[in-house]
Amino acid sequence: MSGENIIEVKNLSVYYGQFQALIDIDIKIQANRITALIGPSGCGKSTFLRSLNRMNDLIEGARTTGEVLFEGQNIFNSETDLLELRRRVGMVFQRPNPFPLSIAENVTYGLRVHSYKDRLFLEEKLYKSLQAVNLWDELKDRLNDNALTLTGEQQQRLCLARLLAIEPEVVLMDEPCSALDPVATARIEDLMYELKKNYTIIIVTHNMQQAARVSDFTGYFLLGELVEFGETNQIFTSPKDSRTEDYITGRFG
Amino acid sequence: MARYFDEELLELNKRILEMSAEVEATIGNSIKALRELSREKAEAVIKDDDRIDKMELEIEEKCLNLIALYQPAAADLRFIVMSMKITTDLERIADLAVDIGERVLEMADQPLLKPLIDIPKLATLAQGMVRDAISSFVSKDPELARSVILRDSEVDELRNLVQSELINDYMSKDPKTAPRAVPLLLVARHLERICDHATNIAEDVIYMVKAEVVKHRPESLK
Repeated sequence: MSGENIIEVKNLSVYYGQFQALIDIDIKIQANRITALIGPSGCGKSTFLRSLNRMNDLIEGARTTGEVLFEGQNIFNSETDLLELRRRVGMVFQRPNPFPLSIAENVTYGLRVHSYKDRLFLEEKLYKSLQAVNLWDELKDRLNDNALTLTGEQQQRLCLARLLAIEPEVVLMDEPCSALDPVATARIEDLMYELKKNYTIIIVTHNMQQAARVSDFTGYFLLGELVEFGETNQIFTSPKDSRTEDYITGRFG
Repeated sequence: MARYFDEELLELNKRILEMSAEVEATIGNSIKALRELSREKAEAVIKDDDRIDKMELEIEEKCLNLIALYQPAAADLRFIVMSMKITTDLERIADLAVDIGERVLEMADQPLLKPLIDIPKLATLAQGMVRDAISSFVSKDPELARSVILRDSEVDELRNLVQSELINDYMSKDPKTAPRAVPLLLVARHLERICDHATNIAEDVIYMVKAEVVKHRPESLK
């Protein structure tokens, strides 16, 4: 699967009432890679991210045209099982949002929603998910503590663990490190490198250096348009569009 | 939107121009030393090299700081990295002028073996190529850079001429001329190497401006 296109977006446009937030987006996301989306505030990158698992459906007045093919199937088909889609294409948000439950309950919540009840199975999943985000050793003796007592970075990793427990294929991250200090950010970035082996990651970020460090591919959004998309090396050493160049060199912004 | 960083880039540009002016002067001085077989002028060239070495170190440090502090991207990044490389080439050119000075010291006790005809031509070519290569850097002109690269074959021809004349017409016929012929042959080589470095600078300018690698790819110039 690695290297193939796991998501193909064709002519995607999103409207909030009369306002067109995304204009005719065409993009192909490769599996097992990290794709970063950058651009100034209000450029549409978060709207785009939310399109990928139909989170925009939850916004009143939002209207979408075009197609998003996930493993060949258009997610806007009426037969799409939204719960299943959002399990396979999961999301982590800017501010960590652990449930006001224990650490263990947070991680197994999604599994229980999907009707998994076997205790041994849930325990194994708990262990594997916390292990995957390097939280097991830190938290194994406090699994019944309230998740809200964790640090910001731990909470963010917990949210990721919660997501990984239900075995997604794609992980969408909307500015996952904005609320974290540089050391915590570095740890989350290291985690992303590891997760890449088993998941496809798409990250929206304000931090250009983060996009440069972490991603294989970068897309630059401006005023609802995808101005340029390419390998991160190429975008940061010789971008093809002058608008991209102006943004990444700080001449615009 | 102007950035404080732009002032830094202008400063870097200025320093490279200053260094290249020094280097061009040094080439000229080394040739004058040769024409006149002047010990004094040769020693001055050798001594002046310290100043140029110092300029190289300062420019290099400035480039490293710019990278560390500003995390430059795209054209800015290419400009800074190529500036570092070009500075190295300039310093090597100056070293070659010193080598010419040393050849003069080797020859200064005896009259010149023959009137200098082709070596001054080589020197003029070398100075011109260095000047144009730096010009192309300052004005970001890939066409001028390209013209420098294309001149390199003329240089090789001239050097071969000098070499064959010294070997066939002098050293083969009378081996006793070797102590005076060999330094001249080496001067021709030093000048040819100066032109090679000017060509490197030109190739780096093309990359800097167009993000196109023409280095080691002669077919891409046609």
